[in-house]
Amino acid sequence: MADLTTDFVGIKSPNPFWLASAPPTDKEYNVRRAFEAGWGGVVWKTLGLDPHIVNVNGPRYGVVYGADRRVLGINNIELITDRPLKTNLEEIARVKKDYPDRAIVTSLMVPCEEWAWKEILPQVEDTGCDGIELNFGCPHGMSERGMGSAVGQVPEYIQMVAEWCKANTDMPVIVKLTPNITDIRYPARAAKAGGADAVSLINTVSSITSVNLDTMSPEPSIDGKGSHGGYCGQAVKPIALNMVAEIARDQETAGLPISGIGGVTTWRDAAEFLALGAGNVQVCTAAMVYGFGIIKELNAGLSGWMDDKGYASVAEVTGRAVPNVTDWQYLNLNYITKARIDQDACIKCGRCFAACEDTSHQAISMSEDRVFDVIDEECVACNLCIDVCPVEGCITMEELQPGDVDKRTGRVVEAEYANWTTHPNNPAAKAAE
Amino acid sequence: MTNSPRTPGVVSGRLSDEALAQNFSDLHPPYDGHEAMVAADRCYFCHDAPCVTACPTTIDIPLFIRQIQAGSPEGAAKTILDQNILGGMCARVCPTETLCEEACVREAAEGKPVEIGRLQRHATDSLMAKGIHPYDRAEATGKRVAVVGAGPAGLACAHRLAMKGHDVVLFDARPKPGGLNEYGIASYKTVGGFAQAEVDWLMQIGGIETVYDHRLGEGDLTLTGLAETYDAVFLGIGLAGVNALSAPGTETDNVLDAVGFIADLRQADDLSSLSVGRSVVVIGGGMTAVDAAVQSKLLGADEVTMVYRRDRAAMAASGFEQDLAASKGVRLMFNAQPVAVHGNGAVREVEFEHTESGPEGLSGTGETFRIAADQVFLAIGQTLEGAPEGLEIERGKIKVDPSGRTSLAKVWAGGDCATGGDDLTVTAVAEGRDAAEDIHQTLTA
Ligand SMILES: Cc1cc2nc3c(=O)[nH]c(=O)nc-3n(C[C@H](O)[C@H](O)[C@H](O)COP(=O)(O)OP(=O)(O)OC[C@H]3O[C@@H](n4cnc5c(N)ncnc54)[C@H](O)[C@@H]3O)c2cc1C
Ligand SMILES: Cc1cc2nc3c(=O)[nH]c(=O)nc-3n(C[C@H](O)[C@H](O)[C@H](O)COP(=O)(O)O)c2cc1C
Ligand code: SF4
Ligand code: SF4
Ligand code: SF4
Repeated sequence: MADLTTDFVGIKSPNPFWLASAPPTDKEYNVRRAFEAGWGGVVWKTLGLDPHIVNVNGPRYGVVYGADRRVLGINNIELITDRPLKTNLEEIARVKKDYPDRAIVTSLMVPCEEWAWKEILPQVEDTGCDGIELNFGCPHGMSERGMGSAVGQVPEYIQMVAEWCKANTDMPVIVKLTPNITDIRYPARAAKAGGADAVSLINTVSSITSVNLDTMSPEPSIDGKGSHGGYCGQAVKPIALNMVAEIARDQETAGLPISGIGGVTTWRDAAEFLALGAGNVQVCTAAMVYGFGIIKELNAGLSGWMDDKGYASVAEVTGRAVPNVTDWQYLNLNYITKARIDQDACIKCGRCFAACEDTSHQAISMSEDRVFDVIDEECVACNLCIDVCPVEGCITMEELQPGDVDKRTGRVVEAEYANWTTHPNNPAAKAAE
Repeated sequence: MTNSPRTPGVVSGRLSDEALAQNFSDLHPPYDGHEAMVAADRCYFCHDAPCVTACPTTIDIPLFIRQIQAGSPEGAAKTILDQNILGGMCARVCPTETLCEEACVREAAEGKPVEIGRLQRHATDSLMAKGIHPYDRAEATGKRVAVVGAGPAGLACAHRLAMKGHDVVLFDARPKPGGLNEYGIASYKTVGGFAQAEVDWLMQIGGIETVYDHRLGEGDLTLTGLAETYDAVFLGIGLAGVNALSAPGTETDNVLDAVGFIADLRQADDLSSLSVGRSVVVIGGGMTAVDAAVQSKLLGADEVTMVYRRDRAAMAASGFEQDLAASKGVRLMFNAQPVAVHGNGAVREVEFEHTESGPEGLSGTGETFRIAADQVFLAIGQTLEGAPEGLEIERGKIKVDPSGRTSLAKVWAGGDCATGGDDLTVTAVAEGRDAAEDIHQTLTA
């Protein structure tokens, strides 16, 4: 059995699955239930200074559905905790005492002034929790008050606040990053420069999920008006994976521990985050959609896969795929493939044909009796046919071997790796050394 | 409830009112909104979709299903009705398992096609529930067309002609329009008076004058007369006759024609007043035979046996229909032909001979057996009856070319009475529609 325990910046937990700071970790009742269900840790719903904020009293979520009303993404206009600081602190202390083996990290968002951090940090430390996470991510409500993503979008502020925290507490400091920024490496570098122990990402993506076409109000609608919210869930996973990978492979931040967040729904998603450099993962939407019970699938799935692959610990998985993330210019242009259709598996829907004929390279032929074939002379191996084919494994990519002729270009496939940097069409090409 | 399934003879009231209501309820109940979305999501939006090719009216199926997915069932209905004005009825009665759904790529892939028929019903029901009739008449052409027969073929033809601006007079021998939609189709396929509701909806186009209870060939209603008075005539008179059984004893009491039995059933206000035998034998292998057998069983007959002279594979009723019959408790027998009906006054037994098919066709083996019966329904084929003089007939049907033109100038025909295509509602609609287009072309040329 693979060992699922993790030590993330000194915070130990029995498995790499933490609940992200959000409604699932909003209060003692939820967190106790989560721990009973088997979650490894929680990042408590973000605390702020009193007087506590208030939330809207109408709907706070919008949704994007896939087939069969399957939730693909949710957006929210909820703010940080709407309960008094003291109540939260007392609850954190009580739960930590009862669950010493689980991780409890407290998420914080206070005004961008040092006194505020000096005031709150000792109180948090007194709860006995394991660390703090700085919420620089919330894209709505708090940012208008100069907090949340308003801070997260300015690397200098991130560094400054991280420094204040490191100066005023011994607890590990995790900086939670907003994805609402052009290049995620800048805030990550700032967090590192400020002495942060780790970064966690992503927080939610600024979004409007839908517009009610009768009332002309964005959803969720509060009395006929809507405001942008934060998008999360499966739909944001690709954005999050890329950002995690960017930080993991950036020279300046390489090695900085990362807590991966954004759309983790099954063990497989978690394994992907780990492979791209995360030391653990945090989950919010999947728990909100399916309840705490999914932890059983997450744990069992990850451990089963690790056993199959011979990974003994989570740490062994972390970063495995990072060396394979590269820039486009270094991709091997001598790697040439052609689409191949398995005629026995093909159900003759013609989607590959429509896709290739209308929007790609006219590289699929269709006969009178609906036989679909790849025209090697035209196929650029774009993969669109595979993506749209409803039958898994029906279309595959066959790699041409050195010595084969690529019928599209008429050229013989070369064995040597060659990329754009040395390509004759590249005005900036350097001669191969 | 005065009787039970085992009460001897041919009696009414074998089942309670609740049981009857249950038995004759919708065979495929309508989807609710969510079910429709889930079903619609299964469609792959195939290129040059095989389901469309398999639909006799060539409905753009992937398009209408996508419109359902996108939340516009009424738009979906318009896509359907553009091609098939009786899309609501066809959604209920088409043997989809041998048409669009058989061709669906998901049938090939996993034996579970997209449920095109039920989706079609969802769309057309949504539109009709809103009372929308999304068609207007073109400017009046001043041309007048007589349509004889208010069945699917005649109705489709009349609607298309009215839409094109022609004035239509629609004749039918029966007191009500709809043809077999009203008098033939199994009750559980078209519940709740749908046939009449659909005709009422269709008539909203305007420009169709109806003359019911008038039979062509009777009184002064003659084809020659119509051809003289009108600019064109369309015949959609169906197959009004039934084949007789050439075995001794068929004149015995309670040996009935299945089509008549079904028509009575469809017109009955109170199912518990209908009489049915305790032991019913149905002779035939088509849809009519299945409908008569199943509905006898649903009315409370204790034993129903359907006997077909060839083997299962040769049966005109689809696999789905056969399974439906079996699931309702009908016994299916193959390779047996009736040789005599026995009974003193009323039928008591039917005698069959086993058959085998050889190079010279079907022949009896000489071995016979008897099945007890107090009621027998003959469903061995309908025939063209009362076709006007002067029309060329080919293999028992009015000969037409692909646009529905008969051998007589100004006279078109379509549906069951005409050559070409299967005897199905949807085929009748396609032929009526296409004949209307050709009439329009001809009259406006
Ligand atoms: C019992 C039964 C069940 C069936 N079930 C199905 C099914 O589930 N699905 C399916 O697709 N098909 C089914 N069919 C076949 C389908 O009903 C027919 O193919 C379809 O109705 C043919 O349409 P039509 O307009 O050609 O003829 P019909 O529907 O027969 O209409 C002909 C009309 O013409 C009128 N008429 C006849 N003679 C004259 C005359 N001389 N003067 C004036 N009017 C006249 C009749 O009164 C009738 O209204 C079934 C048929 C039967 C008998
Ligand atoms: C309703 C809601 C409230 C949230 N509140 C907070 C919060 O108070 N503090 C915070 O750091 N992140 C908050 N988040 C963001 C989540 O912690 C998480 O970063 C994000 O939802 C992405 O993860 P997921 O795709 O697993 O949901 C909230 C998310 C949701 C849906
Ligand atoms: S989820 Fe619970 S709190 Fe939210 S609207 Fe529904 S019932 Fe109310
Ligand atoms: S998309 Fe796949 S199943 Fe469909 S025709 Fe192409 S290869 Fe066949
Ligand atoms: S064949 Fe099936 S999946 Fe393809 S378009 Fe038709 S209904 Fe949809």
